Amino acid sequence: MAEINYREIGLKVGLEIHVQLDTARKLFCKCPTTLSDAQGVPEFTRYLRPAKSETGEVDAAALLEWRKSKRYEYEAPQESSCLVEADEEPPHEISEEALLTALAVARAMNMRIIDEIHVMRKIVIDGSNVSGFQRTALVAVNGFILDEDGKIGIQTLCLEEDAARKISESEDATRYRIDRLGIPLIEVATAPDIYDPEQAMRVALKIGQLIRLTGRAKHGLGTIRQDLNISIRGGAKVEVKGVQHLYLIPKVVENEALRQLRLLGLRDELVKRGVRPEDIVFNIVDVTEVFKNTASKIIRRVLSTPGGGVYAVVLPGFKGLLGMELQPGRRFGTELADYARVWGGVGGIFHTDELPNYGITEEEVRALYGKTHASPDRDAIVIVADASEKAVEALKAVVERARMALTGVPEETRAANPDGTTRYMRPRPGSARMYPETDIPPIYVTPELVSKAGELVPEPPERKLERFVREHGLSVELAKAILGDLRLDLYEKLVKKYSGRIPASVIASTLVNVIPSLRRDGVPVENIDDDSIEGVLDMVARGAVAKEAIPEILAGVARNPGKLVEDIVRELGLSTVSLEELDKLIDEAIARNREKIEARREKAFQIIMSEVMKTARGKVDGGLVAERVKEKLKGLTV
Amino acid sequence: MELYYGYSGNVAVALKSIGAEPGDRLRVVLKDGSVFEGILMPRQALYSSRPILVLKLDNGYNIGLNIGEIGEVRLLSKKHDHKHPVGIGVKEVSGLPRVTLLGTGGTIASKVDYETGGVTPVLTPGEILEWVPELADIAVFNAREVMSVFSEDIEPSHWTLISREVYKEILSGVDGVVIAHGTDMMSYSASALAFSITGKPVPVVFVGSQRSSDRPSSDSAFNLRAAFITASKAPFAESVIVMHGETSDTYALAHRGVKARKMHTSRRDAFQSINDKPLARINPDTGEIRIIGRIIEHRDKGREAVLRDRFDDKVALVKVYPGLQGEVLETLIDKGFHGIVLEGSGLGHMPNKLVPTIARAVDNGIPVVMTSQCLFGRVNLHVYSTGRRLLEAGVIPGLDILPETAYVKLSWILGSISRDPEEVRKVFLTNIAGEFNERHTLDLYPRWNHG
Repeated sequence: MAEINYREIGLKVGLEIHVQLDTARKLFCKCPTTLSDAQGVPEFTRYLRPAKSETGEVDAAALLEWRKSKRYEYEAPQESSCLVEADEEPPHEISEEALLTALAVARAMNMRIIDEIHVMRKIVIDGSNVSGFQRTALVAVNGFILDEDGKIGIQTLCLEEDAARKISESEDATRYRIDRLGIPLIEVATAPDIYDPEQAMRVALKIGQLIRLTGRAKHGLGTIRQDLNISIRGGAKVEVKGVQHLYLIPKVVENEALRQLRLLGLRDELVKRGVRPEDIVFNIVDVTEVFKNTASKIIRRVLSTPGGGVYAVVLPGFKGLLGMELQPGRRFGTELADYARVWGGVGGIFHTDELPNYGITEEEVRALYGKTHASPDRDAIVIVADASEKAVEALKAVVERARMALTGVPEETRAANPDGTTRYMRPRPGSARMYPETDIPPIYVTPELVSKAGELVPEPPERKLERFVREHGLSVELAKAILGDLRLDLYEKLVKKYSGRIPASVIASTLVNVIPSLRRDGVPVENIDDDSIEGVLDMVARGAVAKEAIPEILAGVARNPGKLVEDIVRELGLSTVSLEELDKLIDEAIARNREKIEARREKAFQIIMSEVMKTARGKVDGGLVAERVKEKLKGLTV
Repeated sequence: MELYYGYSGNVAVALKSIGAEPGDRLRVVLKDGSVFEGILMPRQALYSSRPILVLKLDNGYNIGLNIGEIGEVRLLSKKHDHKHPVGIGVKEVSGLPRVTLLGTGGTIASKVDYETGGVTPVLTPGEILEWVPELADIAVFNAREVMSVFSEDIEPSHWTLISREVYKEILSGVDGVVIAHGTDMMSYSASALAFSITGKPVPVVFVGSQRSSDRPSSDSAFNLRAAFITASKAPFAESVIVMHGETSDTYALAHRGVKARKMHTSRRDAFQSINDKPLARINPDTGEIRIIGRIIEHRDKGREAVLRDRFDDKVALVKVYPGLQGEVLETLIDKGFHGIVLEGSGLGHMPNKLVPTIARAVDNGIPVVMTSQCLFGRVNLHVYSTGRRLLEAGVIPGLDILPETAYVKLSWILGSISRDPEEVRKVFLTNIAGEFNERHTLDLYPRWNHG
């Protein structure tokens, strides 16, 4: 693949960063903001209906969810949910701690704080909010942060409640646990001021770090989530939801830019072939007959169910285009299949660009062309095997999507896959999804409130840099690196905690050198949470392990999620060598190398050091070994 | 203070001067140069003293801007006239029962008014069907609003109005009447209808919602479906309340109005039958009605309903508490009240020093009914001496009736039957609509969760 020049294709990226807050209570009730592990039976079940929004129109995305007509089951752990989450009690007043944190972040990002904050109801009817809406408030607007490539506009900062956790999903029911519902989230949206994939990650990191520096952010997996708005010139604004890891951001951006570029190419090809929108008609053909003796297991299984059939639509002029790759491993046909799945609830589609295959024979493909009167040289055929009602909906969506190919890139909301590709989720929601939460009075932002928030405003980076060099003794380079790390707040906490016991440079280096280098080696470092980093450093501070062992222990932590740090240390055999053992090791080394030492007296130290360290590395501090070796050599009479 | 769509002071002046009204699109330039465009929202009067202008931005959020920081406000465009929703014609499916839905105000059928931010009732069949299309499969229905009163503002005179409207519907031959009613005072109104129309041929079904119908999680569509099913085909012909049976959207319960009580401020399943079982469980998805309690009046279109719709509003419901002053009751006597219902302690008691006051009330021809604030169980004035003294003073023992039902019943007797003390006592002690339950079995008392 040729290198894409992102400036040239007019890439624009905007970010939406969501950070969970670690407040004493939830945003609108008195439950703690902790999650529950207890597996519970479903406590209650509900259905949702779309409500008319303020504009009097039911939103397209909302309607889509409703059409799926899902039953929602909710697990309601008693220690972390109450009647408010169950939508059986009106919300309580907003958590002041959360509000202050939001105001502090707003100030740190040079934003204009709204004079009177109004909590809104944002319609969300996938069941993740028991009420059918998410409570959210716009707290501040029009700020900026500085990136090395320039100013990044910060459009909005919202304070909102997190949704329930999805536990499982079946055809007719989705199960959620409502412990997470109501945990405060800060949502920061940037302007589309980002022009390349790496910059997107850098800015996301900066924003996440800023919020964490208030000391009120939650840490760990799932506590920061980022959505990306991506477009290229001539393409369309596409929202990618649920990018879980920062380091995936550049890849998602690259893949989406590529997809839009390829879709534009696809459009040009269709135009060249003379395909017009009116040629793409929804004309469904029952082709069950073609497959009555098929070898395809999938089709045979469908045909054995009552009402199961095979249905086809022709996409005139699309021959070969469905097999065109848009993202690594994802073709235009995959896009069509996504639409079919989402709108028709079918398992997938078959299309002639990938046939014969999957047990479908060349003969059947020929019959398919015959039956649909399509041209084998020019047209593509999409088939769906399912109950007729679902198949019709699925193929309708396929045809609609195919028609959109003629205009290029459709505006849509996509979900991030773990490999950095994306899949179609739903149309982009309209703006008609909000109305006031009348149960919560508007919050008048007084000067007292703003100054109280001032106590949480993070220290500016320049001042931090200067302080890290002067007070912590970091090199400028290391200080800069730690300032650019998401775990900056952890660094500050640990430096304070282990002051005088572990040098700040060791802590900084663990975060900005050790972990990234483990990632480069393919270690799953996302499993290393802040607590285990602290656990490792704690052992170093106690002298239980040497600082040289940190990389190896952290690698162990990453590979054994859930295991105690102490157990990993024991299993790796990294426990410290006692002083007596060290002395013994040195004595033995001297004895073994007596001749060498005598021969090269000036090299004695190096010789013994390297011998001892062969055994002691990682188990005892190198400085201590040097000290003991010098001591022993001094007393050595040759 | 005069309010302009809830705004006062400088904000009102500024808005008036440019002729801006809620729904209009404004451009606001702040002194710091920042610009906001959005739709002007009306102000809740409660906050009108704040110097704030509320805009709805294009991203859907409402924000309040301080007038002191505003440099310029410009009217960009006047409000668009929203297209009225296309009314769905009422389907006439032959063979379906006929049901009338009467609106009284309250949250069963309401939606957010995007122009005022307030909640307004909807009650044309078209609008209701647009929102709960399933109703068309249950019954052919008519809908009209008979009044628009918040539940908490209901007065006995409203019961007269509702009773007459229901009676009219019964005479017109409908198969059931559904009354959309706010939940706060619903059990009072349902009791009133139990007494004001006797010999009902078809059920009268009260229904409400605990989560307003503007939200996707509203219980009102579920409750409405259950109420329509009950009205159109339940085998009983009583005044009932149909609401959620549990917090889940699984089944609804039909409670006998005279035995029902709102027992929770906010839960969907707030209504419970006290000292009796609900009549039936209704599954709105399958349309199934399962009778689980006793039916007192059976559906029978041949029956002739009797309307006695007057309620006396000079009846007081007084709760007995430690330190209750005699003056409270004396005032009622002196002000010429026509009846008093006491919500006594335990088996039906009140401070001994007040017994003479009760005797004075009775001597003044004011009937006094004793109920219990325990709610569960039966009043018995023979067990302790205080009770015996109250009986001696002329108190009417309310048996196992709910205090609220006793209040409605006494009001109805005084308004529609008689004010003669002997007649009042006789009628009060007559079981008219199942307000008394002679047999309390062990299962009629809820067991709370004790771990």
